[in-house]
Amino acid sequence: MIAMAERSDIAAADEAELAVLVAQAATDRRPLLVQGFGSKSGMLRPVQADATISTRRLSGVTLYSPRELVISALAGTPLDEIEAVLRQSGQQLTAEPPDLSGLLGSDAGQSWGGMVAGNLSGPRRIAWGATRDHVMGIRVINGRGEVIRSGGRVLKNVTGLDLCKLLAGSQGTLGIMTEITLKVLPAPATTGAIIIRGLDANQGVSALSAALGSPFGVSGAAFLPSWAAETIPALGSQSVTIIRIEDFPHSVAYRLDQLSGVLARFGRAETLDDLTSRAVWKAIRDVTPLRPGASEAVWHLSTRPSHGPQLLALIEAAGARGIMDWGGGRIWAAGPGTEAVHGTVMRAVRDLGGHFTLMRAPDSLRTAVPVVPEEAPALAALTRRVKAAMDPAGIFNPGRLYAGL
Amino acid sequence: MIRLPEPKAATLAKRDAIIAGLRRILRDSGVIAEAARLKPYEMDGLTAFRQPPLAVALPETTEQLAAVLRFLNQEGVRVIPRGAGTSLSGGALPLADGVVIGMMRMNRILEIDYDDRFAVVQAGVTNLGITAAMQSDGFFYAPDPSSQLACMIGGNVAMNSGGAHCLKYGVTANNLLGLKIVTIEGEILDIGGMHLDAAGYDWLGLLTGSEGQLAMVSEVTVRILRAAEGQRAMLAAFRSNEIAGACVDRIIGSGIIPVALEFMDRPAIHACEDFAHAGYPLDAEALLIIEVEGSVAEQDELLGRIRAMCDEFDPISCRVSQSAEESAAIWKGRKGAFGAVGRISPDYLCMDGTIPTGQLPLVLRRIGEMSDHYRLKVANIFHAGDGNLHPLIMFDANDADSFHRAEAFGADILCLCVEVGGCLTGEHGVGVEKRDLMHRQFTEIELDQQRAIKSAFDPDWLLNPAKVFPLVAA
Repeated sequence: MIAMAERSDIAAADEAELAVLVAQAATDRRPLLVQGFGSKSGMLRPVQADATISTRRLSGVTLYSPRELVISALAGTPLDEIEAVLRQSGQQLTAEPPDLSGLLGSDAGQSWGGMVAGNLSGPRRIAWGATRDHVMGIRVINGRGEVIRSGGRVLKNVTGLDLCKLLAGSQGTLGIMTEITLKVLPAPATTGAIIIRGLDANQGVSALSAALGSPFGVSGAAFLPSWAAETIPALGSQSVTIIRIEDFPHSVAYRLDQLSGVLARFGRAETLDDLTSRAVWKAIRDVTPLRPGASEAVWHLSTRPSHGPQLLALIEAAGARGIMDWGGGRIWAAGPGTEAVHGTVMRAVRDLGGHFTLMRAPDSLRTAVPVVPEEAPALAALTRRVKAAMDPAGIFNPGRLYAGL
Repeated sequence: MIRLPEPKAATLAKRDAIIAGLRRILRDSGVIAEAARLKPYEMDGLTAFRQPPLAVALPETTEQLAAVLRFLNQEGVRVIPRGAGTSLSGGALPLADGVVIGMMRMNRILEIDYDDRFAVVQAGVTNLGITAAMQSDGFFYAPDPSSQLACMIGGNVAMNSGGAHCLKYGVTANNLLGLKIVTIEGEILDIGGMHLDAAGYDWLGLLTGSEGQLAMVSEVTVRILRAAEGQRAMLAAFRSNEIAGACVDRIIGSGIIPVALEFMDRPAIHACEDFAHAGYPLDAEALLIIEVEGSVAEQDELLGRIRAMCDEFDPISCRVSQSAEESAAIWKGRKGAFGAVGRISPDYLCMDGTIPTGQLPLVLRRIGEMSDHYRLKVANIFHAGDGNLHPLIMFDANDADSFHRAEAFGADILCLCVEVGGCLTGEHGVGVEKRDLMHRQFTEIELDQQRAIKSAFDPDWLLNPAKVFPLVAA
């Protein structure tokens, strides 16, 4: 490895200082690598910038009103800290954001801003929405160094264009969020799960569809091939199709029982108790079974759920492996970090309909290939124009999502 | 009267050529140009304002819509998108030099897939029409605005419509998978698809609620859900707004998320009871309608717990529905609220602000003071779970002074919503109605940022101009 020249590292003390620094960078046309703690710097394309600007000193919960189901925090607040605050009032982040430190090979920890800028969501997304669905308000510094607010602290708000959703998932390329307000919900009293062992991927997704199409309020629906199930102590050596219910104890017991009946045609359903269910779903949330090697690539794929098994088969044929979440609609995959395998992934997603994100790969690969699907020309033109509307000098995370942008 | 931009003389001068051009694309049957037939299009649900358009175009396919937009863009003609025309904020109010593009002929449901839980529908399908097409199979489309019988999904996307069940199921933006849009240049673009959460910029999120400022929607892929086994409502009546508000806090704080949690104040209770005879207690100052879902046993358990919590607040009465019919009667009063107020007042303005839920008692007290000040009655309906407040201000449109007082009263309420940490509009949109109040919520820099994004989609500002953004002095 060749040691890279040290980037200058700027961590502004507050929003006002950050805004001044950004305005100066815009004047100088000096590109900035925007980050919280840098836990996701291995995702997507490497950023071409000679300075890092970090939100890590903007830290702390600024508003928490459990009765109004709302929490605000500065962008550099550690996610752990926020989750601990919520736990004290029996609440949680609805979208169940994953801890991808193992997957991404980083121990930097995750910031509040990084979670939103990446729009990361866990298994519960399928029932209760993605992180972006719960963002009620943001403060963001645009590429002119101006502080812009969008949304607020209330759930229903259609006043003006929704820049909250535009910024959520924009990977730091449109602005630097400094404070974010999210809707939160009570944590469920109990969870439970049923599993069916030994199904193949097609049968598994059919069972998940039947469960999600039932009236029982399923909040997790995943399929683990046998090699993945083996990595989770409670599961054993056969493939596992798993379905979660979260609610009050009587409801969980009743609904698991009903689901066992709905799924009887697929096989015998076994029930996991609250603690076991929590442990298994945490492993699925954090994608721990994948265990990528240092030279491997990791992909996040999103597709129509019934196309999941076919997509999985196509990438398996190319030497990759994957687990399915979201009823078959999400595949977390790992495999050789080569252009050939990446090409197979891109083609499979294009042919079956859906989306890919290159979550982790050797720098040589993520520099050379599209890390998300290329947009149709008219849409790509809109991407460039909206980027220019937010960041006219092109200083935020250049090249992170698309080469040359 | 709301200020509209000066019509472009060049457009008015070539009216005949524009109509002829539209007829080449849509044939005669798809273009309306005669004054008498333009009449139904001169206003929407905000009936205080009227303005006949230059013409109305009624495309039947996405390709026709694209051709119409391409033509109007070339000619520099302003465009007003329209669904069912139910906007309460004047989102579909025409301009004298603008062509209304009505989407009502694109009213087909193209695909329903229960395994993958989506439906693809054209923009002119009604909100209720989507659920109606799948109800017998146990599925539904969740957002349920009060106008759901008439309003169209394309308009729901444009306004990010909500409804009474948002606390659990979210608003339109949370229930979409994909859109087919047409840009002002006439480019047809597919956004999203049948999968969740594409990487790249969240076009779906940006377009939803953009009030026709960025592009027109021709098809929508919605998420559909399997309905719960059943649902049941209860009524709880209290001696003051403060007590009812505290009870709402207690329920939410307990960890129960009801599917609906509606609040009505005394004038609203009386208006709705007179109309629907739902058995609302007339001696109450505040009434909560609380609905839960699940099996009968689950409903019993949840309603039992909620009832016990209500009992902590010395309720005047508490009534748990014993049947689907009784639940329907409870809802009939609430859903008929607008009509009910219409019976006791010749005209009313329906306001739509959102407040942090804890501010409700303060806000209602201040609205009461304003009501005295403006000498106009007001009834308040509140989605207590999500903070969305609908004051209905009663006035007489034949009395100009009464109308002006009503407008000022409404503006004061919305400014109050912003002042306590809320916003100007929760689900009806800015439209023309709240356009000139945007400065109360946003700085000029913030508005300029939004305008820059609008310009990225619509450089010449032909799409639904004079809405959302305060007019800039020429």
